[in-house]
Amino acid sequence: MKSGSYIRQPNRALQVYAILFLVVLYTPVLFIPLFSFNDSIYVRFPLQGFTLDWYKDLWTRDTVWAALGNSLTVGFWVSITSTALGLVAARAITRYRVPGQSAIVTFAMLPLVIPGVIFGVALLVLMSRLGVPLSLYTVAFGHLIICLPFAIATLLPRFEGFDRSMDEASADLGENGWWTFWRVTFPIVAPGVVASLLLTFTISFDEFIMTFFLSGTDTTLPIYIWTQLRFPREFPSVLALSSIILAVSFVLVFVALWIGRMGLVRDLNVPQQEA
Amino acid sequence: MSASVSAPNASTEPIISIRDVGKSYGTFQAIERISMDIQKGEFFSLLGASGCGKTTLLRMLAGFESLSSGEIYIDGQPMSDVPPFQRPVNMVFQNYAIFPHLNVADNIGYGLRKLKLPKAKRAEMIDEMLGLVQLDGYGKRRGHELSGGQRQRVALARALILRPKVLLLDEPLGALDKQLREQMQIELRRLQRSIGITFVFVTHDQEEALTLSDRIAVMQGGAVLQVDTPTGLYEAPKTRSVANFIGNMNFFEAQVAGRVNGHAHLDVAAFGKLQVPAKGSTLTEGDKICVAIRPEKLKLHDAAPDSGTPVLKGELEMTTYLGERSHFHVSVPGCDTPIAISAQNSGLAPTGGDRRPVWMTWPEDALIVLEKD
Repeated sequence: MKSGSYIRQPNRALQVYAILFLVVLYTPVLFIPLFSFNDSIYVRFPLQGFTLDWYKDLWTRDTVWAALGNSLTVGFWVSITSTALGLVAARAITRYRVPGQSAIVTFAMLPLVIPGVIFGVALLVLMSRLGVPLSLYTVAFGHLIICLPFAIATLLPRFEGFDRSMDEASADLGENGWWTFWRVTFPIVAPGVVASLLLTFTISFDEFIMTFFLSGTDTTLPIYIWTQLRFPREFPSVLALSSIILAVSFVLVFVALWIGRMGLVRDLNVPQQEA
Repeated sequence: MSASVSAPNASTEPIISIRDVGKSYGTFQAIERISMDIQKGEFFSLLGASGCGKTTLLRMLAGFESLSSGEIYIDGQPMSDVPPFQRPVNMVFQNYAIFPHLNVADNIGYGLRKLKLPKAKRAEMIDEMLGLVQLDGYGKRRGHELSGGQRQRVALARALILRPKVLLLDEPLGALDKQLREQMQIELRRLQRSIGITFVFVTHDQEEALTLSDRIAVMQGGAVLQVDTPTGLYEAPKTRSVANFIGNMNFFEAQVAGRVNGHAHLDVAAFGKLQVPAKGSTLTEGDKICVAIRPEKLKLHDAAPDSGTPVLKGELEMTTYLGERSHFHVSVPGCDTPIAISAQNSGLAPTGGDRRPVWMTWPEDALIVLEKD
């Protein structure tokens, strides 16, 4: 045996594949920040020179700020609502035996695979039939449907690893269901909650299709970017805006995963004993 | 010895009264109409193989399982409508259930919230418990930084800080290795004696139950077979199941031939005619019963002993040398299974080969007459 155990031996082919995979995945994306600093309205090589003008230009546009404000507001409420609903759902799924349980879980997860166009059109028809005017509320409702499965999927593993005797120990020590939830259940699943908040916020912030169908006069940032694509002069500013969104999204998702991992590491240190 | 024997440090006042308690899941009867009392200050064990209902009964006392019938009284109060968080009992869980997000001190102090104590008083109580379970200085540690034995002590301290009327322990020593388990047994006993709280202890380990308990309830198939002191269970088991479960035993089929002057005449397959004290039992002529004797009560002889004592002749089949003692298997005509004999090797180790004639004697009161199950 060379170094370490058999399973830990470096696998050259796999390393090459992983690097290649990342290169193919992220090279196109890297062009966006690259050209956002390019001193030309045309996206082509050779690069013309470094500039921050496109970022400065963004700074002065009220419509960008309005769209950003809308995106943040919708993202904030959607992440809170979907995480709260996901929390309840994950607890119910893992804790109680409900008839038709797996069917319910499948239906809750369905928006993950149903095309956004179909959902968007369906909701648009529903809203107009009901006479609900399109607004940021309808946008938020659409986002909620998209985000809920992600919230459940993020929270479910934390609840599945949850030792039921924790609840019983708390009850035994004199706490009722309400206090048990706040003193035991919630702190233990908290890393999952934070991860879910960040993930659903990011999804809502980046969401385009549902927003496209369901937004009224107020738009979100992705829609704003899309409308600006018609004007070639605006394109570098769009690239600058996209770069900022890219950076923020990356940081948020990274933090979400990292927090989830920290929680997992903490709990994996606790040896599980079978009854 | 009788079932009403209670422990020396227990008063005769029951802290727990179990009355006709039953539990059924559909048609399956998990617990069958159990009635018994557990005395104040007693170390009481529920002993049985897995699936005998001992843990279910314990969880009923804690309030985690509902009762299908009957009633449990704790300190005179009926418990049916009292949820777990309002019962005057605390539990040590089999897997300890240490809260992973809290440190040792916060785990131990978990139950103190409702008492609304000042911070200093709370800290003082936690320190006192840490001292009691010999974990001084461990307050800031997390659960995963502790060994199995230490986690067990935290679970114990967390349950005891509320001064429960009864402490319930669900196989708390099961996850520990043999050496640590024996050490914890001594500590549990010491702790229980010093604080005087009633312990109800679930275990499948008969040796552990004998070591720790004032009284033991032997359970099988959801029913309580016998409740007695360790000595009572070992020396005077009532039924074959109990005799079989606690220690080793030689069994002989027998039939009652008659009764004279408080003695019963038995027809034992291996022994032939035998006379035993009937001690108020209901033996009547024609009853098919079972006679039993512990392996260590039999004495092995190389030559026929003086007449006058009851004696049984057989052939030595196998000798097993175990260091401090030896086991012998002796085949006796008319007896299906060889008779087991256990002897201390206090003198020289046994000599002489197998396949030789041997004689067995026993004190008269060592023979146990068992009821048919």
